[in-house]
Amino acid sequence: MSITVSNISKSYKTVKALQDISFTVKEGELFGLIGPDGAGKTTLFRILTTLLIADEGTATVTGFEVVSEYKKIRNSVGYMPGKFSLYQDLTVEENLEFFATIFGTTIEENYGLIKDIYVQIAPFKDRRAGKLSGGMKQKLALCCALIHKPKVLFLDEPTTGVDPVSRKEFWEMLKRLQQKGITILVSTPYMDEAALCDRIALIQDGKILEIDTPNAIVKHYTKQIYNVRANNVYQLITSLNTYEHSHSVYPFGEYVHYTDKRADFNPEDLLLYLESKKLSDIEIEKTQTTIEDTFMELAK
Amino acid sequence: MSNNHVIKVEGLTKMFGDFTAVNAITFEVKKGEIFGFLGANGAGKTTAMKMLIGISTPTAGKANVAGFDVFTNAEDIKKNIGYMSQKFALYDDLTVKENITFFGGIYGLSRKEIKGKSEILIKELEMEKAANKLVGSLPLGWKQKLSFSVSLLHDPKIVFLDEPTGGVDPITRRQFWEMIYKTANRGTTVFVTTHYMDEAEYCDRVSIMVNGTIEALDTPKKLKERFKTDTMNDVFLKLARG
Amino acid sequence: MKRFIGFIKKEYYHIFRDKRSLFILFGMPIAQIMLFGFAITNEINNVDIAILDHSKDADTKEIINKVSASKYFSINQIIEKESDIEAIFKKGKVKAVLNFEKDFSKNLIKERKATIQIITDATDPNTANTISNYVNAILAQYQKELNKDVTVAYQIIPRTRMVYNPELKSVYMFVPGVMTIILMLVSAMMTSISITREKELGTMEILLVSPLKPIQVIVGKVFPYIFLSIINAVVIVILSIFIFKMPVQGSLFLLALESILFIISALALGILISTISATQQTAMMISLMGLMLPVILLSGFIFPISSMPLPLQLISNIIPAKWFIIIIKGIMLKGVGFQFIWKETLILMGMTVFFIGLSVKKYKIRLE
Repeated sequence: MSITVSNISKSYKTVKALQDISFTVKEGELFGLIGPDGAGKTTLFRILTTLLIADEGTATVTGFEVVSEYKKIRNSVGYMPGKFSLYQDLTVEENLEFFATIFGTTIEENYGLIKDIYVQIAPFKDRRAGKLSGGMKQKLALCCALIHKPKVLFLDEPTTGVDPVSRKEFWEMLKRLQQKGITILVSTPYMDEAALCDRIALIQDGKILEIDTPNAIVKHYTKQIYNVRANNVYQLITSLNTYEHSHSVYPFGEYVHYTDKRADFNPEDLLLYLESKKLSDIEIEKTQTTIEDTFMELAK
Repeated sequence: MSNNHVIKVEGLTKMFGDFTAVNAITFEVKKGEIFGFLGANGAGKTTAMKMLIGISTPTAGKANVAGFDVFTNAEDIKKNIGYMSQKFALYDDLTVKENITFFGGIYGLSRKEIKGKSEILIKELEMEKAANKLVGSLPLGWKQKLSFSVSLLHDPKIVFLDEPTGGVDPITRRQFWEMIYKTANRGTTVFVTTHYMDEAEYCDRVSIMVNGTIEALDTPKKLKERFKTDTMNDVFLKLARG
Repeated sequence: MKRFIGFIKKEYYHIFRDKRSLFILFGMPIAQIMLFGFAITNEINNVDIAILDHSKDADTKEIINKVSASKYFSINQIIEKESDIEAIFKKGKVKAVLNFEKDFSKNLIKERKATIQIITDATDPNTANTISNYVNAILAQYQKELNKDVTVAYQIIPRTRMVYNPELKSVYMFVPGVMTIILMLVSAMMTSISITREKELGTMEILLVSPLKPIQVIVGKVFPYIFLSIINAVVIVILSIFIFKMPVQGSLFLLALESILFIISALALGILISTISATQQTAMMISLMGLMLPVILLSGFIFPISSMPLPLQLISNIIPAKWFIIIIKGIMLKGVGFQFIWKETLILMGMTVFFIGLSVKKYKIRLE
């Protein structure tokens, strides 16, 4: 096991940031912590990277205990904190060089690991980090976290505030790193990124809602979800909410996701009901469950 | 300008020295529409929005917002729009009521109006118990909803939202979008700038900016059909990657 | 070692690429010296003086009584020999010595005039000036009383002599003060800001989660500032020697050692501040309010400590700058050797050890 977390709890003053969290991450796994801001993701990362001490529970990273053997962990992990923004006044190359030296290595020594990523920012190697675009900063930050060839990589919300193109490239990079045998623990508030992980933990308000592979988590959701749309979204939502058999109603992009309480639900009934509410252009069709649907059902 | 259009932009351009941040964009937004204004980091959407809300003067082109010209009546525009961003929050060290009173005052509402509005607003948000709590102690989702309501205090014709739901939990996000639909249903135009593509899916129509120009403008459904993809994210990727 | 050098290299990039900090580092010393070249007037109160009375007669006793009765002076010591004057000044116990000539009364009656010498310590030029003015006023008053009903007037002739800074150059007095401020500013404020900047950027988290030991991070952060502070001290001394023609009386080597001691104590304070502040802004506020103001107001730099109310006088004792100013005034203006400043040095050393100990204890290997 690369990471084991058992019964970790942590509170700040009045807020319970983490409550009895347990999970394990296998070696070479790409594990995602999925949850909104304030769910406790950053606190958990800081406990695992030995920056915070949990109130209760224990955890190990690469076999070392996070409190007593923190020095060994600090030698073998790479960490990209959420608000990490590198040294703005240093150039791309200087940043990378700095992180290489403090980890007692050189850029050349582990160039193979970062090559794929670094070639993309190499044309700007003399540019100050502060002048890079969001996506490039993030690539540089990843290079810096990888330069000492860590066994485990901790990435706290690496894609927050980054545009879709850069996000996609970033996940492609993570997949390649995983193939090189690096265990990756990544957190994100974006449910759509969950599907890209091997296994995920859904986390909200300091509690883990569920841990499994993305596919299995979706399968745990037993109700059939229907995409509903009509000429007026707002009236559609209010009508669905007042429908006596409705189980859940959530706007979902251009549709509204609807589930019914009844096992023998017939969409025709709903159609008639909505028409009675003076809605037109009504469409009702079955749709696939997404991680986000599951998350909402669990968090309800 | 037809009464139906609250934003009308024609050839709007902004240059910084030699650099063209916004290159002759043209579009219209209807009354009561939820309009998504998308683009990658640095594509020019923030610059464009600054011109529309009257805090940046365009280099060239025409733009009319809420019935006023951005060149000559920038001050009147400010009175007729609301603005909310993830960064611009409320004052954490004031209570919910104090924040409402303060912003109401800024928008020039009378004491009586403020009193009435804040009662309705607190009731609608189901924040009766939190009315006298400091905003800083509220969960993020509540803050966002409150912030949105405050931006609507003076009944603006258009409300500009800058990445309104990034990082918010899925359920709160739905509640937030229900509020947006409700607002649009009342006839207020909602202008959303974002680079979160899942936010884009909720909009009536979206425009996608790439390198200072609008590369696509349509309903999410039609855009997905045109680019033969399942999600707006893929539409965006196809456009931005060329 | 390689890590350490890499770290320091990075710090130099930070410093030399930030125009603001460069200005504080190198523009400040010059600007401050120039600014403080102008005199600032100040009042005196209960200044300690010594009496050397060669005649011990009715008139001298009466004058001494009048002097000690005034609220401006308090007689600290009666000395017996001319040779004691220098020693008593070097110890810094008194600001002035009143030296009555032999046969004061006799001369006054016989020749109708007598001489009194007012010797002041002019390292503090304004105080020296004020002292001599006040003594003169007391003498004039006494003379007036003597002459009330006589036909031929008695005359008391005061001869003022300033020691250490005979030309009364106030810049001499301000150089040690400015040096103290600059060293404090560069060492404490700049280090605390540069450490908290890493916290704000989130890079501190990375540094902590690296094989670097906390002590390496700290030493790496402060080392460049030791170096820069020394450069600053040298610049100030050179400026004062060449622009203000101020002589450095004592040993430059001793001055250097004492300055390094003070720099280290200021650095320790800087680290201490960085451990309790989360943002650069807080660090700056604490540095300014908690360090700069006391250095300016309570160290005896501008306002003589002896004229302060007792509580402030007591507080001034815990300010390292006070002791450093005494030390460098001694070295630069009086030319004293270590035997006269060992006590102050010891106090400063004790404080330094205390601050280092406290900041090491407070420095966290984790985030909370």
